[in-house]
Formats: sequence, structure tokens, C-alpha cells
Amino acid sequence: MEKSSKGHFLKSITRFEQAALVIALIAICIVFSILSGNFLTAINITNVLRQVSLMVIAGIGMVLLLLLGEIDISVGSLQAAVGITSVTVLNVTGSIILALLAAIITGVLTGLLNGIIVTKGGVNSFIATLGTMAIIRGIAMVVTKAVSIPVRVPKFAEIGAGQLLGIPVPIIISTVLVALFYFILNHTIFGRQIYAIGGNSEAAKLAGLPVQKIKLQVFVLAGILFALSAFILASRLDAGQPIAGQGFEMQVIAAVILGGVSMSGGNGTLTGALLGMLILGVIQNGLVLLNVSSFYHDIVRGGVIILAVYLDERRKKNAAKQLLRLSNK
Amino acid sequence: MEGEFLLEVKGVHKHFPGVHALNGVNFQLKKGEVHALVGENGAGKSTLIKILSGVHNIDEGEYLIEGKPANIRTPHEAIEKGISVIYQELMLIPHMSIAENIFFSHLPNTRGKVNWKEVYEKTRELMSYVGLDENPRMKVGYLPVAKQQLVEIIKALSANAKIIIMDEPTSALSNKEIENLCRIIKELKSKGIGIIYISHKLDEILELSDRITVLRDGQYIGTLDTAEVTHDKLVSMMVGRELKDMYPRQACTPGDVVLEVKGLTTEKVYDVSFDVRAGEIVGFSGLMGAGRTELARAIIGADTRKSGQVIIDGKAVPADATDKALEMGIGYVPEDRKNHGIFAQCCVRKNMTISALRQFKNKIKINRSNETLSVNKMVDDLHIKTPSIEQLISKLSGGNQQKVILARFLMMNGIKVLIIDEPTRGIDVGAKAEIYNILDQLTHQGLAVVMISSEMPEILSMCDRIYVMKKGRITAEFKRGEATQEKLLSNAI
Repeated sequence: MEKSSKGHFLKSITRFEQAALVIALIAICIVFSILSGNFLTAINITNVLRQVSLMVIAGIGMVLLLLLGEIDISVGSLQAAVGITSVTVLNVTGSIILALLAAIITGVLTGLLNGIIVTKGGVNSFIATLGTMAIIRGIAMVVTKAVSIPVRVPKFAEIGAGQLLGIPVPIIISTVLVALFYFILNHTIFGRQIYAIGGNSEAAKLAGLPVQKIKLQVFVLAGILFALSAFILASRLDAGQPIAGQGFEMQVIAAVILGGVSMSGGNGTLTGALLGMLILGVIQNGLVLLNVSSFYHDIVRGGVIILAVYLDERRKKNAAKQLLRLSNK
Repeated sequence: MEGEFLLEVKGVHKHFPGVHALNGVNFQLKKGEVHALVGENGAGKSTLIKILSGVHNIDEGEYLIEGKPANIRTPHEAIEKGISVIYQELMLIPHMSIAENIFFSHLPNTRGKVNWKEVYEKTRELMSYVGLDENPRMKVGYLPVAKQQLVEIIKALSANAKIIIMDEPTSALSNKEIENLCRIIKELKSKGIGIIYISHKLDEILELSDRITVLRDGQYIGTLDTAEVTHDKLVSMMVGRELKDMYPRQACTPGDVVLEVKGLTTEKVYDVSFDVRAGEIVGFSGLMGAGRTELARAIIGADTRKSGQVIIDGKAVPADATDKALEMGIGYVPEDRKNHGIFAQCCVRKNMTISALRQFKNKIKINRSNETLSVNKMVDDLHIKTPSIEQLISKLSGGNQQKVILARFLMMNGIKVLIIDEPTRGIDVGAKAEIYNILDQLTHQGLAVVMISSEMPEILSMCDRIYVMKKGRITAEFKRGEATQEKLLSNAI
């Protein structure tokens, strides 16, 4: 019992990860509700959830990729590209369905591009998507001449701002998607294969799994999810903005890792990631309520990233230690 | 009396997950002695070397250098105490020069500025000592293996090694190169350097060594003066068990040809053709790096094929899709279980069913109760020892992990050929016998088994036919009963 209480706290976080995340979330909520009278109001809670839903939709895609041992940091740039294509199609055709289709096609194409560079080209996905991140953002800037495209179809705003049975539409969409992908990850062959490939891709290949095919499929699937979040973002911004989603990739990745999804693949759960995203969302909301300058948000976000990766490393070490202890028995 | 040994270990124990790798091992090395260390694969030779050189630390027992406790915890400390290891896989940096490789840990310098003149002079001096005639500025990567090995020896000498450990030093050398190495070893001996020599080639050991220590399954069997020992005695000490109990295999009655390989060529495999019949166990013998694993990987489509065909039941197996090969009925149990076999973060159940998931599919969902049923049946059939099928596979012993991976393919409905690479590496004796039994029984049910193995007794006792490979080619084929250790070895070298 010589260990400091701090060491103890960290240990418990890493061991009963999800319970600890729930406790952390509650603790943060309590702190903010004491500091700001506006925090625990129905309007604010709905507001937080609506904001988090965008991150959640993209976050599902990121979880799939991280579980595979891959990553896509072009998600922020894609928010801009999808916003521009879908708003352009919307303005020309006046059809929300066609705009959605344009968004999805853009997501599929970028996902396909990233996936092909990674699987066929053998390029590390961090580097590959670092490249496409710059390219996509660059194209968005060139095409729009860095000017945002306003939406000329008023109904479009209802996707981001509207409600269904009193519940904001983005919350409904993200909840449905979380349920769907929870099922896929836990109860289908595809889900099982994702975990196996991320855990040990060589073993998966030798066990007869179509590793490259599944990786490509997941890149495309993630592209679609990223496009959906971008579509809703465009509706909320009421414009296709070439600067939309800057820094979004780091937000999503930090939140998901904070939620216990390992950077090295094969480990993590969607529910954990959801908790991580809620925590980050609440922190950001709280900082806004407390009138903290937005520059400080970046500092907090950076801190969260380091904390998240630190916890990830810690988990790995603990797992290794446990195994060693067992073998010495 | 204590001081007469350069190095001594007493009653050493070492455990790894699921394996008691060293169980009370003793070893002594005298000044100017060549002491050979022999034993089958998995006997504990590598573990002992790694302990001597500070890669692993002992769990129990004593490790003395010149009579005093060694206190070696890292490879660096071992080098400082005068212990150098020349591994089978050489540890040189290919894009650095000979001189840089030799001196990079202790470059002669004045206040941080390297005296290159001195470096090259010293290098030349050492090179002439071992008869290496090259420019010291030559990049090591351009040298043939035999010369790289000489560079390793020079490196050890320049670090003032008192003890040099050589792990299979001749496995990649020609006869002439071996002669030169023997000459150098004798010279090192005369300088009072102690040499620990590990080799599979017993004749070489009998010629070169002063004493021999035999290990088997992690246990210390004995130390003998080379002068008093014969080849046969050494083999019986190494194998040491009742072969009949261990190996159940009797003659088989093979069925139709199931797997046919025609002119298969990859980067490491050249023009290999063979066939396997239903109910047969076909062995592949050869030295490490002979291309056997690469052959297996090419068959299942894990490595790129340059040319050739793999045919199963008359249908060609595609060249680059392991999933297609599996669908057509070929399973591969890899050699490196930890890195290529198991999914360490998953439980026994998920590890076992990953290849056969389609059999448990119920529309779009995996039917958990069917899955659990099948897994439990396999656990019973193969006597897999695990507290639960939800246990992490990495917590099982090596033998039980191997059985889970075997079960991965055996539970598949359409499995016709099982390629199993080093089936019993790192597995306890008891589990070994069980795995031989399982393989034997499977062939009675019509499965064709391809067994890649470096363990001579295993391959001689279990296989109906044996192919020997050397440098990526098949060099010989033997029927059961025709093959002997000598014949396999002479075709492998």
C-alpha cells in the first residue's frame, strides 16, 4: 500500500475502463453544473448531444479503422469537400436526396482513394491520409476560391436543426448508427474479422481472412460515415465551407482513444468510444459556457490527446505485466 | 577449484508463459576450451545462450563468471564482462563499413573526434588475424555470409571477449569456409578464449569440441569429454525417450491425390513439384532457411508466386488469396505461433472459430450457441486444457494454443489438406505426443497432412514420405523406412 493515490486512480481507470469513463463523465458534469448555472438545463443538454452527434457519426468510422490498426486523418478535410459538393448539388437541383447522394459518393470515393493507397500501395495509413488530407483541403480551397457557398434551399437547415418527435434529427441519426454498428461489431462475421485483422493481420491472413478486401471495405464505410457527419455539418452551417472541419480529425481521434480504442488495433469498444466522445463534448461545451477563449480549447484538446495516448500505453503495459505474472506462477 | 571456470551456471531455471524452458541446467566453460552445447530444437539451448548473454535473466539458480556472481542483466553488461555472441542471424549493420561495424560501440577518439586512421589500422590488423582480405571501408552488406561471420568474430575480439558463443556458425558456410572457421577457432583456443559452440552437425562437434553438454526438454542430461563419446551415444542422449510411445504412426494406405504442386517458384522457392494423397503425412525436412515455410506460404497464396501451379482436387488454387485457398480446403498452421498464429487479445472461442465463422451464420448474425457448442466439442476432442472457452488464448500453454489453432482448421467442413509448420516447436513432451496422435487420427479420416519439421525424430517417425529441401529446391524424396538422419542431413547441406 505504498503506492500514491494518484497511481491508484490511474490503475483503476485502466482496469475498469468503462466504469471509470462513466465516473469521469459524471464528475465533469458535476463540476460544470457547479461552475455554471446554465449547464444542467434541458436546452444545453440537447445542445451538447446535438454537437456530439456529429463527432459520434464520424467517430464510428474512426473506431472501425482504429480497430483494424489503420487511421484516417483526412476526415476534417472531407467535412469541407462533402459540404461543398452536397451544397452545390443542392443549389443546382433543389433536391436534398440528390445532395445526400452527392455527399455519399464523395465519401465513397475518398474512402476508396485512401483504402487503395493503403492496401494496394502499402503506404502507412497515417502518412497516406496525411497526404489526402492536404490534397482534399487544397481542392476545396481551389474550387471555391476560399469562399463559402451559401445554401439556397431553406429546408436543408432542418436536417441539422430540425426535430422529430421532439428529438433533434442529428441525435436520432447518430443513435441509429451507433446501434447498427454495435450490432455489426459484436454479432457479425465482418465485425469479428475486423477485430482479428487489427489484432494480428499476419495471423488473420494465414487463417484465410481476406485482409486487404476488408481493409478496403472499412475505408469506404468510414468514408460514408464521415460524409454523413459532413452533410449534417453543412446543414448546420447552412453553407458549404472550404474551411469546415479544420482540426476535426484530432478531436475525433482523441475522443475515441480516450474511450479506450487502442491505436495499435484489435482492442476497444464502440460504447467506450461513445463515452470518450461524450466526455470531450461536455468539456468543450463547459468551456464555452464559462466563456473561456476558444484558443484555450485547443490547449485542452491537446492535453486530452496526450492523456488518451498515455492511458492507451498504460493499458498495454498492464496487460503485458499481467501475462508475465501469470507465466511466473 | 571454483576459479578454474571462466563461466559457470548451476541449477538454472527459466519459465516462459506455459513452458518451463530450463529446468535445473548446469554448464561450465574452461579457459581455452571449446564446449559444445547440443540438444533437439526446444531443448533449451537458445534460452541458455540468451541467459549467458544477458538477454534473459534467470528465475532461479546461479550464474558465475570466474567464480564470482555474474550480475549480468543486459546484453551490454555481458559484452563488458567479455561475453560475445555470434548469432546464426548475424547482427551486423549492412549499410555500415567493416570498420564501423567492428568499432561503433567503442570508436577510438580524442575529445569526441574519431581517429579514423587508427580505426582502419586496427581493423586491418584484426582482419589479417582471421584471414579476411577486404577493404575496411567496404560496406558489410556487400560481403558474403562467411566473411560477415568473420567480421562478427573480429567484433568480439575487439571487445576483448574472453568467451565467444557461436550459434550454428556453419549452417550457411561451404566446406572450405568451415575449414577456415575451424582454424580460427583453434587459434582463439590457444589464446585462452573459451568458446561455446552450438550446432546440429554432430560430426562437426565431435571433431571440434573438447567437451559436450547435452540438454533435452529444458533439462540437463550430462556433460561428457568428447574423446569418450560416440555419435550414437550422443543421439540417444539427445532424443532419450521411448520412441514407440511418442509416435503412434503406423504404415498408411493412401487414397487419391488431393494436393498437387507443379513447378512452384517464388523469390525463395525454385521449381518445386510434389503431391500429397488423402490419408498421407508428407514431411518436409531441411535446414533453417531452406525455403520450406516459404513453400507453404506460396501454396496458400500468402506469398507471391512467380510461376507454377497449386491444384487441389483437380482445381487450381489462386495465387494471391489465402481466403480462396481456405475455401478450397487448405489450412496452414504457422511455425511462429505467437506472431502468426494466435490473436493474443482474443479468447479461445474467437481464436478457434475465426476461419469457420460462416458455418455458424444465421442470416446475418453469428449464432453464438452453435458456435459455443462446436468449440466445446473441439475442446473435448482435442483435450484442450483451458478453464473456459472465454479464457484469453495467450494464457494457455504452448501445446494448448497449438491445439486451438489445429482446431481452427479441423472444425471446418471442407478441410482437405492441413499444412503444419513445426508442429511441436516450444511444446512440452506430453502435448507433443498428443499432437502426433491427433495428426495420425486425422489421416485415418482422410485428411492429407503436410508436415514441415526440423526435428529429425519427429519427421522420421511420423511421415509416410519425406521430401528434403535445400536452398529453395527439393533435393531428395524418401519413403517411410528408407530415410535416416544421415540421409536427410546429407541432402539438406
